[in-house]
Amino acid sequence: MGISFDVAHMLAGLMVLAGLMMLYQDRLYPLLHVLALQAALLALSVGWQAHLQAAPHLYITAAIALLFKAAFIPWALRRMVFRLGIHREIESVVGIGPTMLAGMALVALSLEVMLPITAQADPVARQDIALALSIVLIGLLLMVSRRNAVSQVVGFLAIDNGISLAATGAQGMPLVVEISVAFSILVAFIVIGVFLFRIRERFDTVDVAALDRFRGEQP
Amino acid sequence: MIGLVGVLAAPLVGAAILAFLSAYRLSARINVVVSAAAFASALLLLVERPAPGRFLLVDDLNVVFIVLGTFVGLTTSVFSASYIGHELATGRLTLPYLRFYHAMFQLMAFGMNLALAANNIGLMWVAVELATLTTVMMVGIYRTHQAIEAAWKYFILGSVGIALALFGTILVYLAARPVVGPGIDGMVWTVLMVHAHGFDPALMNVAFVFLLLGYGTKVGLAPMHAWLPDAHAEGPTPISAVLSGLLLNVALYALLRFKMLMAATPGAIAPGPLMIVLGLVSLVFAGFMLYRRRDIKRMFAYSSIEHMGIIVFAFGMAGPLGNFAGLLQMAMHSLTKSAIFFSVGHVAQVKGTQRIAEMGGLTETHPLLGWALVAGVVAIAGLPPFGVFTSEFLVVSSSFARQPVLAVLLVLGLLVSFGALLLRLSAIAFGEPLGSVEPVRASYVPIFAHLALVLIAGVWLPGPLVLWFQHVAALLG
Repeated sequence: MGISFDVAHMLAGLMVLAGLMMLYQDRLYPLLHVLALQAALLALSVGWQAHLQAAPHLYITAAIALLFKAAFIPWALRRMVFRLGIHREIESVVGIGPTMLAGMALVALSLEVMLPITAQADPVARQDIALALSIVLIGLLLMVSRRNAVSQVVGFLAIDNGISLAATGAQGMPLVVEISVAFSILVAFIVIGVFLFRIRERFDTVDVAALDRFRGEQP
Repeated sequence: MIGLVGVLAAPLVGAAILAFLSAYRLSARINVVVSAAAFASALLLLVERPAPGRFLLVDDLNVVFIVLGTFVGLTTSVFSASYIGHELATGRLTLPYLRFYHAMFQLMAFGMNLALAANNIGLMWVAVELATLTTVMMVGIYRTHQAIEAAWKYFILGSVGIALALFGTILVYLAARPVVGPGIDGMVWTVLMVHAHGFDPALMNVAFVFLLLGYGTKVGLAPMHAWLPDAHAEGPTPISAVLSGLLLNVALYALLRFKMLMAATPGAIAPGPLMIVLGLVSLVFAGFMLYRRRDIKRMFAYSSIEHMGIIVFAFGMAGPLGNFAGLLQMAMHSLTKSAIFFSVGHVAQVKGTQRIAEMGGLTETHPLLGWALVAGVVAIAGLPPFGVFTSEFLVVSSSFARQPVLAVLLVLGLLVSFGALLLRLSAIAFGEPLGSVEPVRASYVPIFAHLALVLIAGVWLPGPLVLWFQHVAALLG
């Protein structure tokens, strides 16, 4: 317990807060800024874990989070948004009020589910796992509540931030997973980029609703 | 050791070579040779297998999946050679894309073999992700509106699925850590299985829910199936064949492994009922959806959902007979469905369309191809004398003995999809001849090799194979 626990708890809690902030951003640029903020908090949180667990390899993970997730990806997405000329409004499938309420319900749900069953784990890991689950669920909520391809990607990256938090919270988790996560983000990002440009090329919009015209079978 | 190295290294080396070759005939041939090398190595694993390490493992369970997978990979590469030739001739694919296609094909094979041979839940997850990403790229390869939509949907749903599976994987590690201790050992299958009795059951329960939803998305279980029909319909047909014949099995294998782990943890919930419910929902849902299909590849994609439902149901019922039936059904479905996709690929090429309404009288216009398709559909619908009949009969009879109500639902789902398949088949194969009648240069060897195996399994299952499957069924618990 003590200060080390408090700092870890605060950083993870701030990440959840950033997740909730994403839910009410109705423009793409601020959404990307919040994503960058969440990733920066992740980097701090991972760095703190590295210090606590005396696990130097976690500093690498923290550096990856800071440079790649908090700087490069938001920057690249921002460029993409600008080039596509879609930095105006993004529509939400459901209103912001219900989405926020659902987000809070998800946080409550994950605390309710995870805290009792992780009683054996140490307190830091316990909090991190519970809060990480809420970040994952909020990311899912973001993905289903938005129709814009870029905000769906942001939702996916939020899920990834939550998973990274969980992975570092579990003490002694082998490095192989962390590197693979970072690596797969890179790959996933390339894939997404390719797809976005193809979609842009074909439809002149990245609104997934434009894709819906082609859903299912044409009579 | 050679077998294991071959299974993994052959596709990897093949992918590296094929990425730089743009001569069509040569690269198609190399593709076949590399797939054959992987299959030969897999056969070696039957005879002699290395001791399990921290990352790789070959045991009685996964060797079945590896041999089946590399065999379907080999026949698909043979089919792919003639299929891709036609696509090049009609200009749907260009040479740079062909290079990309072949490299991705082998990279996907590598991902699947690695996922099957992994002794580490983290490594397995990475391999499943690799296989997913490569198939996403291939589904979008035609770059039409529909192909991009299909690839996007597959990518988003697949990513969410594997993200959930990773969360479940982390939870399993968290459950193992107090018992096994921190470090790599907490993710090794063989170590986990030994220590499973000491795991926290509540944590394992939550972990399994995430793993079931995550890998279940990749298996194509309803209601997480939305990516599957699109991905099958819009990509190149060889990819449809490997998706149904291989990738779904890989995800299923991951589920089975975690199910074994759950069974070894005292106090954890029984995974069976969850799997039975998801399996039945997929089966009945897909059965009804089959009636509304107008696209031939999409129809057989729904049939894959239906069969994965049956398989997951059978493994959910568990017990020696349930597991045996599930294994047999899985093998039969892989062989039959990829044979169907091989013939459908040629049919769609020769008719120039995938729409069922625009093809008809296939047995008159292209007798051999038409009758091959008829045989495949008869087999997949579960009619004797094919192997699918045997396995479905086993699933139904074993569940009647234990859960009559569930068995009634199962039979209902089977009959619904049976009707839909035969209805569509009669229009495609018999009916009035429609569409092009020009002769087809099809590769019949893979189609008939698969159908012959399914027929043999239906008439007479070799004794050693039965013993082997019984042994594996006992392992599955």
